[in-house]
Amino acid sequence: MSAAAGGTGQLPSLLQLSWGRTVVELKQFWRNPSQVFFTFLLPVLFLVIFSSVFGNEEVEGPPGEPPLNFKNYFIPGIIAAGVMSTTFANLAVSVSMEQSVGMLKRLSGTPLPREAYFIGKMGMVVAVTSIQTAIMLGVGKAFFGVELPTDAFHWAVFGWVFVLGTVSCSALGIAYTRLIPNGDAASAVVQPPYLILQFISGVFFRYAEIPGWMQAVGAVFPLKWMAQGMRYAFTPDWLGQEEYGGWDLPQVAMMLGAWSVAGFVLAVVFFRWNRGSGS
Amino acid sequence: MSNGPVVEVTGLRKSYGALEALAGIDLAIEPGEVFALLGPNGAGKTTCVEILEGYRRRTGGEASVLGVDPDRGERRWRARIGIVLQTTTAFDHLTVDEVVAHVGSFYPNPLPARRVVDMVGLTEKRSSRCGSLSGGQKRRVEVALGFVGDPELIFLDEPTTGLDPGGRRQLWEVVEQFTALKKTVVLTTHYLDEAEALAGRVGVIVAGALVEVAPPRELGGRERALARVTFARRGRLAGAALPDLPGATLEGDMVTVPTGTPTAIVGLLSAWAAAHGEPELPALTVTRPSLEDIYLEMVGPAGHRDDGVPQ
Repeated sequence: MSAAAGGTGQLPSLLQLSWGRTVVELKQFWRNPSQVFFTFLLPVLFLVIFSSVFGNEEVEGPPGEPPLNFKNYFIPGIIAAGVMSTTFANLAVSVSMEQSVGMLKRLSGTPLPREAYFIGKMGMVVAVTSIQTAIMLGVGKAFFGVELPTDAFHWAVFGWVFVLGTVSCSALGIAYTRLIPNGDAASAVVQPPYLILQFISGVFFRYAEIPGWMQAVGAVFPLKWMAQGMRYAFTPDWLGQEEYGGWDLPQVAMMLGAWSVAGFVLAVVFFRWNRGSGS
Repeated sequence: MSNGPVVEVTGLRKSYGALEALAGIDLAIEPGEVFALLGPNGAGKTTCVEILEGYRRRTGGEASVLGVDPDRGERRWRARIGIVLQTTTAFDHLTVDEVVAHVGSFYPNPLPARRVVDMVGLTEKRSSRCGSLSGGQKRRVEVALGFVGDPELIFLDEPTTGLDPGGRRQLWEVVEQFTALKKTVVLTTHYLDEAEALAGRVGVIVAGALVEVAPPRELGGRERALARVTFARRGRLAGAALPDLPGATLEGDMVTVPTGTPTAIVGLLSAWAAAHGEPELPALTVTRPSLEDIYLEMVGPAGHRDDGVPQ
């Protein structure tokens, strides 16, 4: 009977299964219209609001330098916050929902390797975050006069900051599920750190203008470093000096890299497949 | 496959602090058997199967499932067992076909998803999103997920709880189609009729202990249990002296005779009645205890323990 089913007798490979999980995750994402709508539209709404509020404000540069269009200041911050939203917030909420409805229990009772579940989640958030970022860059350029980086080096920095930010925030989102008591509470427990970090990491307010102790708190977490690294790609060098005392890309890489590793370790240590079953 | 039992358990214990959920269970389930663990809520059925499924760790005793300690089950072992969970898992945004094919893709030799969907009677719903299905249809999806990997051993944890009587009967038919494939099935239920309809052997579990293991028709010595012959001493029989009836009891004019030979007793009584000019014994009944009676007796007051064993 088994042979008639056309199986090979071999367990499917991790690669096959990870791909299968990614496809299913993406299907589930696209078939949830409100999720699609808010994931892609909310950051664009921020863009519209910021542009309307700040109009044609500019950041004064040092003598001899042209002022900076404020839109170019805030778009990297909004992109960074969008990455954190679709990775950290989205994963923390969706994984804890799946935990509480028994989806993880169901999957862990099958021969699916546990890694494949996480790789599928990562595949999904990487795809979604990439699309979200591309939309913001396109809309920003087409409708709000955002100037995109003009050389490969700035794009490359944007690229690795994006990747490290996605990886670190995804891992932290999965680790964070440990603090979420049940699926219903997920949103409420996830929002505070995410919202607060947006205020103290140079997303909603200029980083240079918030109190020093807030800067210090913000500088512990990845969002500030993601915003800083992305800002490097969109603004002139004098801004880095003024805003952060220099871009300090090595430290951006180090902080995001360290959070990626720490997030991964925390996720492995804290994550529970079988919540509340006394095992 | 090996010739030994598919499931073998000795002295299986599980405690949560002071609470003993399983108090030493011995059990062997042979290949091709459909075995039901029957018991009231909180008796330890789910704890027991979840230990066998590798979801929970036992506190003591030995357990072997398909020759492997379930605490050490690897992917290859998981590929040989199928699990139908008590809770219905929602993949709300996927269609029935998609979910069944997706879970099937985790296994080395899955059954074709379309065939499994047909078998659980969801042919009409194969392209519907799971989120739009009724409770009974979702249970069928869950059953399909337990079987799609073509496992050797299937666990069904209370497959029909929460379904209406019609839905339960339909689901039994679904399960019977799969049991006809000669798989070993371990089923938990608190419905006696379900155990009787599906299982070849039943283990009655009460307060964490296995009180009896037997085919449903022999449960509680039911086959050998005394029948009861009752009739009324009315009319011409009212004053007549009774024949010798060991153990007979009187209640008003009703006579009850417990007996291992009801046919002989009825013959004796009808001759006696005829001798007194009464061709029919008034209000004659012959009853054997129902499975329900025996079960309720076995379960007793302890069966209604409701002390929050984690489910």
